[in-house]
Amino acid sequence: MTAPQPNPDETKNEATMIASILAGQTQLFHELIRPHERAVYRMALSYMKNEADAEDVAQEAFLKAFRNLSTFRAEAKFSTWLISITLNEARNRLRRNATMPTDSIDATPEEGGTVTPALLRDWREVPSEALERAEVKQMLQRAVASLPEIYRCVFVLRDMEDLSVNETAEALCISVPSVKVRLHRARLMLQKQLVPELKSVSTTKRRWFSWS
Amino acid sequence: MVIECKHVWDYISDYLDGTLSAEERETVQRHLEHCELCSAILDSTRNVIILTADDRVFELPAGFSDRLHARLDEELLNSNSS
Ligand SMILES: [Zn+2]
Repeated sequence: MTAPQPNPDETKNEATMIASILAGQTQLFHELIRPHERAVYRMALSYMKNEADAEDVAQEAFLKAFRNLSTFRAEAKFSTWLISITLNEARNRLRRNATMPTDSIDATPEEGGTVTPALLRDWREVPSEALERAEVKQMLQRAVASLPEIYRCVFVLRDMEDLSVNETAEALCISVPSVKVRLHRARLMLQKQLVPELKSVSTTKRRWFSWS
Repeated sequence: MVIECKHVWDYISDYLDGTLSAEERETVQRHLEHCELCSAILDSTRNVIILTADDRVFELPAGFSDRLHARLDEELLNSNSS
């Protein structure tokens, strides 16, 4: 839950690669984006809700990144820049799809009121091995996808992609206090939805290790 | 200082991120020591975040990278020839 320190070598390496790409060694673009494929795809998937559209959005985002690479400012973080391109691409796509319900795009509930977490007296840790089960994985995917957009994108960037509060604010063009409030709400919303679901899985299966 | 459960919930996110002031942190900690409700909420929230953030939850579809780099290759070739 604490973002890892950016690796200065990595950043320097990225800057060098970008300069080389802009100077004509375009093949280096493959290498440049490899570490970011998963982050871009996850961001796209949390918006598009199906794998085919998410993949399409991710591809478009990488193509746009290549075409616009000369506009990338060196003082920004490449990953943050990529994420905001992905976000725009996903939002545009959802707007263009007239048949898609737009409630999750524009008419999002603003911050107000409080989120009450699921109340419980004791919690038995669900180990990460539980993710080997498709039903648990889907449960988590559904929970993230069902968050209202303003909470979902903050949660994805902060907790899934490990962006800092400032980077998240920059990528989403919102204030730092908004990031904090929305993240808090997103986390409690997920707790509220997932605790009863995870509990029912863990009591019916009793032991996480006995699966396979 | 004694606080109610409801107020402890407001601090959960900052508590997990380690961004509370020393004073707030101590207040929350003292509450957690005797409140099993808030302790369970905190533990489950932490657990839910760790599970959701796991790379295995949103895995890349099979062949994603190959398709992406093939499409990029077309683009790179076009940009070189222009
Ligand atoms: Zn309490």
